Amino acid sequence: MSEPMIRATGLVKRYQDVEALAGLDLTVPEGKVLALLGPNGAGKTTAVRCLTTLLRPDGGTASVAGIDVLADPAGAKAKIGLSGQYAAVDEHLTAYENLVMIGRLYHLGRQRARVRAEELLERFDLTEFASRPTKTYSGGQRRRLDLACALVAAPPVIVLDEPTTGLDPRSRQLMWDVIRELVTDGATLLLTTQYLEEADVLADDIVVIDHGREIAHGTADELKAQTGGQRIEVVLTSAADTDAASRVLNEFAVGEVQVSGNGRELAAAVGDEAAADLLRVLQGFERDAVKVLDVGLRRPTLDDVFLSLTGHESTETTGAEQ
Amino acid sequence: MSTMAQALNDGWVVAQRNLIKIVRVPEILVFVLLSPIMFVLLFAYVFGGAIETPGVNYREWLIAGIFGQTIVFGATFTGAGLAEDMQKGIIDRFRSLPMSNSAVLVGRTASDVVYNVLSLVIMALTGLLVGWRIREGFLDALAGFALLLVFGYAISWVMAWVGLMVPSVEVINNASFMVIMPLTFISNAFVPTESFNKVLKPVVEWNPVSAVTQASRDLFGNTGVGPGSDAWSLQHPVAYTLIWVVAIIVVFAPLSVRQYRLSTSK
Repeated sequence: MSEPMIRATGLVKRYQDVEALAGLDLTVPEGKVLALLGPNGAGKTTAVRCLTTLLRPDGGTASVAGIDVLADPAGAKAKIGLSGQYAAVDEHLTAYENLVMIGRLYHLGRQRARVRAEELLERFDLTEFASRPTKTYSGGQRRRLDLACALVAAPPVIVLDEPTTGLDPRSRQLMWDVIRELVTDGATLLLTTQYLEEADVLADDIVVIDHGREIAHGTADELKAQTGGQRIEVVLTSAADTDAASRVLNEFAVGEVQVSGNGRELAAAVGDEAAADLLRVLQGFERDAVKVLDVGLRRPTLDDVFLSLTGHESTETTGAEQ
Repeated sequence: MSTMAQALNDGWVVAQRNLIKIVRVPEILVFVLLSPIMFVLLFAYVFGGAIETPGVNYREWLIAGIFGQTIVFGATFTGAGLAEDMQKGIIDRFRSLPMSNSAVLVGRTASDVVYNVLSLVIMALTGLLVGWRIREGFLDALAGFALLLVFGYAISWVMAWVGLMVPSVEVINNASFMVIMPLTFISNAFVPTESFNKVLKPVVEWNPVSAVTQASRDLFGNTGVGPGSDAWSLQHPVAYTLIWVVAIIVVFAPLSVRQYRLSTSK
């Protein structure tokens, strides 16, 4: 097997008495996408900064495209395109000026830097604003420019730290499209996210971290399997039918039927034959005259996974991250 | 590309970025162009009649002092600019690029020389309007300007170092004010050396701001009867200024680069 494009072994980083990273291992094979998933303060940004030479870990090793990031940071930087959580662009410069400056700092030469800037503006749909200072841009435009900046030298490895945090749904969708394209073009990607859905949509492989260490690792499907199979969810028209509906669901449920406080929302985990079970539940509702507003089959979300893995909500903040 | 050529290229790219801001950020324009005009006019007309400078008109004598003071004040700009950059995301971008470690500092100090050139041109023109004249040769005058710029460049490195250590732009503005005011006022920039008391006089004589002022004053031919002091520093102001310039750069350039590395790897 060939050497993975990103490899980190036993990364440790301490801030005073807080261990931001407590022995993290990561491996990303060429052309694959790894999502580092965790709540605020889990150590995601610290891990990214260690891998991209911005931060020196207190322990462990890391390599990118076969280059040891501790021994040869300059060599590693040339292989990595980094787009951070906060758009790292100069706000008084235009998009074009930002891109040309970065191209020249990658030593592309003035002419190539200009050509490359034009290409990237085109590709990221920024041509229209290219001659305005970036402080006039929207959050989504700024983030796209930041990603464009990361791609100036066409690096084989791309690291994205929370690429869609704070973006509106439309900008997020645009960003996802761009990221998918990068992977199609053969880039190897490491991305961090607190959005479980994002990891599901974009990544081949997911490492869930909390308090600086891995707590689960696998594909989205594998992680979902850990919290059990699919669930039938029902919304009733009236709470008068709660008991009848609950009896019907109980015939097929694996474990308890969950009922919401107002008695109108019910959920039950079901076995392997989820679709057939759903059909029979509906027949049962018809027979017992249970009126429903909405019925659906839902796979567990990564939120459910996170909850069952860590015992706390994924939105909980723990502070260690800078 | 050799390491040296790369450092120069990277520094130049960063300097160009800073220069673009002259036209984009109005505060810079005010600081670089308008405040020097105000200084010349204020000092020329407020102190113009009150201070005795034997053998020469005070306004003519004063201009070199204002040049010196403005150049030293201008260095604050280096520190403030760096402090601002360090708070912004752009520094992470720079750090993620395979560029020279010193480029951000080399670029900043270099672009501030351009700011100083602009300031000097504006002040010189204003000075000519209020009665300042160059009485020595043209080349001497150029040497005077060059010496001021070189001195300003050195002070920029001190301020670069300070700018990297402070938490915010406000802190550097206040902190440098506390240092620069006494440094420029306890000098021969605005009043002759002989008018200071026994305690302050040696401070004035050996203050590098006095030396750079005396040197450019001599080179412009605005000295009148002399420096009013026998101190070696004021008898040989060009040499004394250059010694300071070299000493400051030798000490503060490496210190600043080191501080840059430290403060960006937290």
